[in-house]
Amino acid sequence: MTSPTTEHDTDWGDVRLHVVTGKGGTGKSTVAAALALALASRGKTVLLCEVEDRQGIAQLFDVPPLPYEERRIAAGPNDGGDVYALAIEPESALLEYLSMYYRLGRAGKALDRFGVIDFATTIAPGVRDVLLTGKIYEAVQRNKRTKNAREYDAVVLDAPPTGRITQFLNVNSELAGLAKVGPIRTQADNVMGLLHSKRTAVHLVTVLEDMPVQETADGIDELRRQQLPVGGVVVNLARRAELGDEERDQAMAGELDRDAIEAELQRAGVKPTDTLVRGLLEEAREHAERRELEDEQRKRINALDVPTYELPRLPDGIDLGALYELAAELCKQGMA
Amino acid sequence: MRDRGKTRVGPLVARAGASPHLDIDALLADRGTNIIVCCGSGGVGKTTTSAALALRAAEQGRKVVVLTIDPARRLAQSMGIERLDNTPRPVPGVADTGNGGALDAMMLDMKRTFDEVVESQASPEKAAQILANPFYVALSSSFAGTQEYMAMEKLGQLHADARSTGRWDLIVVDTPPSRSALDFLDAPERLSSFLDGRFIRLLLAPARGPAKLMSAGLGLVTNALTKVLGGQVLRELQTFVAALDTLFGGFRQRAQKTYQLLQARGTAFLVVAAPEPDALREAAYFVERLNEERMPLAGLVVNRASHAPGGSLSAERAVAAAERLDEDEAAATGTDGLTAGLLRLHADRTRIVARESRLRARFSTAHPDVPTAVVPALSTDVHDLDGLRLVGDLLSQDHDR
Repeated sequence: MTSPTTEHDTDWGDVRLHVVTGKGGTGKSTVAAALALALASRGKTVLLCEVEDRQGIAQLFDVPPLPYEERRIAAGPNDGGDVYALAIEPESALLEYLSMYYRLGRAGKALDRFGVIDFATTIAPGVRDVLLTGKIYEAVQRNKRTKNAREYDAVVLDAPPTGRITQFLNVNSELAGLAKVGPIRTQADNVMGLLHSKRTAVHLVTVLEDMPVQETADGIDELRRQQLPVGGVVVNLARRAELGDEERDQAMAGELDRDAIEAELQRAGVKPTDTLVRGLLEEAREHAERRELEDEQRKRINALDVPTYELPRLPDGIDLGALYELAAELCKQGMA
Repeated sequence: MRDRGKTRVGPLVARAGASPHLDIDALLADRGTNIIVCCGSGGVGKTTTSAALALRAAEQGRKVVVLTIDPARRLAQSMGIERLDNTPRPVPGVADTGNGGALDAMMLDMKRTFDEVVESQASPEKAAQILANPFYVALSSSFAGTQEYMAMEKLGQLHADARSTGRWDLIVVDTPPSRSALDFLDAPERLSSFLDGRFIRLLLAPARGPAKLMSAGLGLVTNALTKVLGGQVLRELQTFVAALDTLFGGFRQRAQKTYQLLQARGTAFLVVAAPEPDALREAAYFVERLNEERMPLAGLVVNRASHAPGGSLSAERAVAAAERLDEDEAAATGTDGLTAGLLRLHADRTRIVARESRLRARFSTAHPDVPTAVVPALSTDVHDLDGLRLVGDLLSQDHDR
């Protein structure tokens, strides 16, 4: 039983395709994986896709490199939801596409021999994106009548970075401009239909720094201009708020009560050496400075007027346990 | 081509140890260094590093031009390059360094660069025909991969310009923000294989009269293509390829020349990374690839390293002490959990520093000969010349010692 009928109050209940983008280094792959787990924890069958040929999913879930094949990589207890993963390779997608829609058979092989497949997927830029979005479309639109294929309640795409996302999602409109009629045009129109509909949401991952936030704001403008559906903003790697507002001001001004801190350290069984206390005060100052900058960025993100989620910075980095933790956080905040 | 980078290249046996220090100032001062290429995966601070290096070199008396790809808006403004005009301009505020140094900067406009190549290679009528072709418009403005070709092309142009006019003696190049740092290196070869590909020859066949290629296979392919693409698209594609055909020779030659330039002695690659597993993995691929291609690697720059906290209190003891304070409110004398908070911050910091140094140690064990510079994380963003100067100072200090 994989019925996703246990309805929760989530922000993206109707969305079938979650596109997760973000500036390089903000952790979009981590967020995509956590979102897939979060959706699966609601009893859904989820497909997590990557398109950049780098086996990021396999590394995150600590499983062997993924072939061009939908593999189950995580399953919930008690017949709960599942996460399947797929690393989409353009070459395989093209051959699959040709055999599926054109029944090319021998001609398909000839295309390969003449270097057409290679040309199309590695050299002719853009065709790659057409194939990748085409495969994602195929996975999303499956239903009960689709033969020999699993139906998914949701597809999560670990997408190209923010700087390239609109171009990636809109590649089919370029294509529609080139092909005025014919089968390619029809396919392009179908993919555009899905990507511009309410069944899709483009989520943006950012960290609380100037450039990534600027890129997120620009990305949202760009998506809106192209009528692509903007989802939520996921603030990743947020620092914990260990100090109150007043203490932060004091920390920055160097006015924290040193004697009280020393006394407390003593009581907690830690010897308050001068190096330690000075180190702690210095860390407090840096933390306060960083938090102040982060708060500024938070204000800018709130002004974007989209649902926002926040994931903490985990000091030991990301492993499978950390993914589960982040997934729980996304559930709690209503993203899944 | 696809098998590249799958073989690990390293010492095979090694002891864990520290990397040699990367002496940035020596690199910049060496008049034999003409080109510095900063590469690495996205989001590791390549643009800031390139700009900081260029500024430092200029203030040390070099005549520098820096080619940036996609700088943050405020940084671009402060360098006077927020307007995309594809021409190097002097950076305001570095006008007179007093020792003959100068700094020009530019931001890459890939479409303009591509157009200029076409215009310089073809007759005006032919150029106009190419520029208007829908395939050309798509290829030059919006498709992925073009940025890498054009960054290479621009580097070649700047180098030729520097040679003939003597305007610059150092070119610093930032590379496009691709996921894989290797894309930049592969661009020229991809271009060459595009030009030599059977498919291109196939498309050109009708334009060249009775083709020798004509065979049963060809008929099959043409039919398949017509079926998939439709006759009209195929014809437009053919026109485009035929029109570009005249440029191909020039394209290939230049791409190969730039590649040779990258292998030359005056070039220095700096691989930029952050102390994160993904970024260091990409850095390792790149280092190994440069080695295989015999391209000159100057070293690794690890940006955004966390500072080690003072004192010797371990993370575990700090957490334990914080818990003790939380449990025993009587022990917390009116500071409202302040000390516990400080202890937890300390524990986090200690763990992050331990994790980062573990990651760096793994890298240096596998690549013991790669000189490394570690740049501590700044608590503010870099968006002006003073910020760049600070980064330059940090780059040239030896923080491990």
